[in-house]
Amino acid sequence: MKILTGNDLKTGDVIWWTGSDWSRHIEDAVDVGENFEALLHQEEAARRVNTPYAIDATATEDGPRPAHIKDRVRALGPTVRPDLTLKPADPEAGNWII
Amino acid sequence: MYQYDKYDQKMVDARVAEFRDQANRRIAGELTEDQFKPLRLKNGLYLQLHAYMLRVAIPYGTLNSRQMRMLATIARKYDRGYAHFTTRQNIQYNWIKLEQAADILADLSTVEMHAIQTSGESIRNVSSDQYAGATADEIVDPRPYAELIRQATSFHPEFSYMPRKFKIAVIASDEDRAAMRLHDLGFKLVRNDKGELGFEVYVGGGMGRTPFVSPLIRDFLPVDQMFSYTEAVLRVWNRWARRDNIHKQRIKILVHEWGAEKMKEKIEAEWQEILPNASDIPRKELERIATYFEAPAFDDEAAEEIDLSDPDFKIWVDQNVRPHKHPGYAIANISLKPVKGIPGDASADQIDLMADLAEQYSFDELRVTHAQNIVFAHVKKSDLYALWQKLDAAGLAPANIDLISDIIACPGLDYCSLANARSIPVAQKIAERFSDAEAQRDLGELKLKISGCINACGHHHSGHIGILGVDRKGTENYQLLLGGSGAEDASLGKITGPGFDEDGIVNAVATTVSKYKELREDGERFLDTYRRVGMAPFKEALYD
Repeated sequence: MKILTGNDLKTGDVIWWTGSDWSRHIEDAVDVGENFEALLHQEEAARRVNTPYAIDATATEDGPRPAHIKDRVRALGPTVRPDLTLKPADPEAGNWII
Repeated sequence: MYQYDKYDQKMVDARVAEFRDQANRRIAGELTEDQFKPLRLKNGLYLQLHAYMLRVAIPYGTLNSRQMRMLATIARKYDRGYAHFTTRQNIQYNWIKLEQAADILADLSTVEMHAIQTSGESIRNVSSDQYAGATADEIVDPRPYAELIRQATSFHPEFSYMPRKFKIAVIASDEDRAAMRLHDLGFKLVRNDKGELGFEVYVGGGMGRTPFVSPLIRDFLPVDQMFSYTEAVLRVWNRWARRDNIHKQRIKILVHEWGAEKMKEKIEAEWQEILPNASDIPRKELERIATYFEAPAFDDEAAEEIDLSDPDFKIWVDQNVRPHKHPGYAIANISLKPVKGIPGDASADQIDLMADLAEQYSFDELRVTHAQNIVFAHVKKSDLYALWQKLDAAGLAPANIDLISDIIACPGLDYCSLANARSIPVAQKIAERFSDAEAQRDLGELKLKISGCINACGHHHSGHIGILGVDRKGTENYQLLLGGSGAEDASLGKITGPGFDEDGIVNAVATTVSKYKELREDGERFLDTYRRVGMAPFKEALYD
């Protein structure tokens, strides 16, 4: 699957395209197929996202899992600071990245 | 330490206002990211994996307690309660919001700090010796010269749009604690046969994807001509740098392609050309700057003896304290490398505490080292025990300076958008593997440095043991290098062979260290043994 990501223009937060808006949670990301270029331009022009791009991901029971480790780190947060990730209460969350 | 005059403050305040306008225009959609990016980079603002990242300049790593407290305040007010001291003696924040970035710069300006020229194609923060003004082995304090070159190159119109970034170091001791020969331009203060002060000038060092140790280009440059010669170096580079390939634009490539002799000829010719109209800084101005770096009012009655009856304190003194030029004083190193910690990270509370302690015990001054530690340069020996107790209570007293767990590590893939692999978890695992204090000390000086990509922010080329994280078909892989040094015996590490996975690289380091213990002769550091026996026995231990 292809999902869209970028950073929130004002806050810099990593965000994911949900089909109608942007979310900080990758679980909300949707498959945009192959025709996403117009959407990228539209969202960047609307200043809702900074430098959006498409990535490959795999659909899993827990939601999309990016193909590349860099995007998995982006999705969760730094593996060395679990307290600063999006799942601070889950000590196993970092395993999802590796 | 240096204090802004009205011109400095005016320039910094004007830049804050200018950046606020630029950021507002970006948020309002009047600037595209392509237009805004070079502007934000001129103010130290990157976009990293999780958020914007702001790198704040700490000129030659020196700051006072008031400035240090502001760094803690920024960590609390705008970030997530911590910050990261970098391998260029700066500090950076990982979770910055664009909409607050100008407010941070405004807060920094109130304590004479900024983020100008901490990124982008500019002349970066000038590095120097963290023991400057305190160590007995220096000819003079190098910081006035570092400050002079900082002032002369800040906002310099000719050097605002360089082919790439440009890094300068100034030292004044035979012992090189600033990795001077791994800079684009290195100055070492020396005296000639007549006793006159001047510089040895080195050009074309650097790390990154193509590392070089810089050759000596001029063996004596009178100190008064420091800036005109710097101009000549920059002009030659600006004129001849390869611009067809971003990876070949640094001056080190030009030196490598031309050779040191041709580079010297070009620089000297350019220098002779500009000398009649040279813009060298008048001696009076250097003297004005130097007044800010005069030695503090040392107590001539300060006691020489240290009570070492507390064994843990004794270990810390043996490992982290260095001799001072003034009787009764010492240089105290604060390690930011606790086991399980993140190299170079400090919490806002720790930063505040270090500010308070520096005010109390070290004439209100702190230094940041390129090894991502903090130095109190002027501590009375009689105060060391009290200082150690307070540091220890805050987790700031690991006794491991220059030992295997005093690891330099870049932020790596946990934070950095350029990285291919994580550095910090590898550093943590190695530090844990070698956490036995006695065993570490038995190994002696062993500088281990880790980078998460070929840009080498973790200085892996100059590690006695270096580790480079790479991306191998989407998974993290780590190459091992041996034999590097960033010190006066500068050298570049060589890759041992095929890389390892995360656990594999930790085991490979352990294997390497075991082999060293087997091979070492009396008094030999790891680096000495490696240089004596070469790569072969280590390679055999690792791969056969």
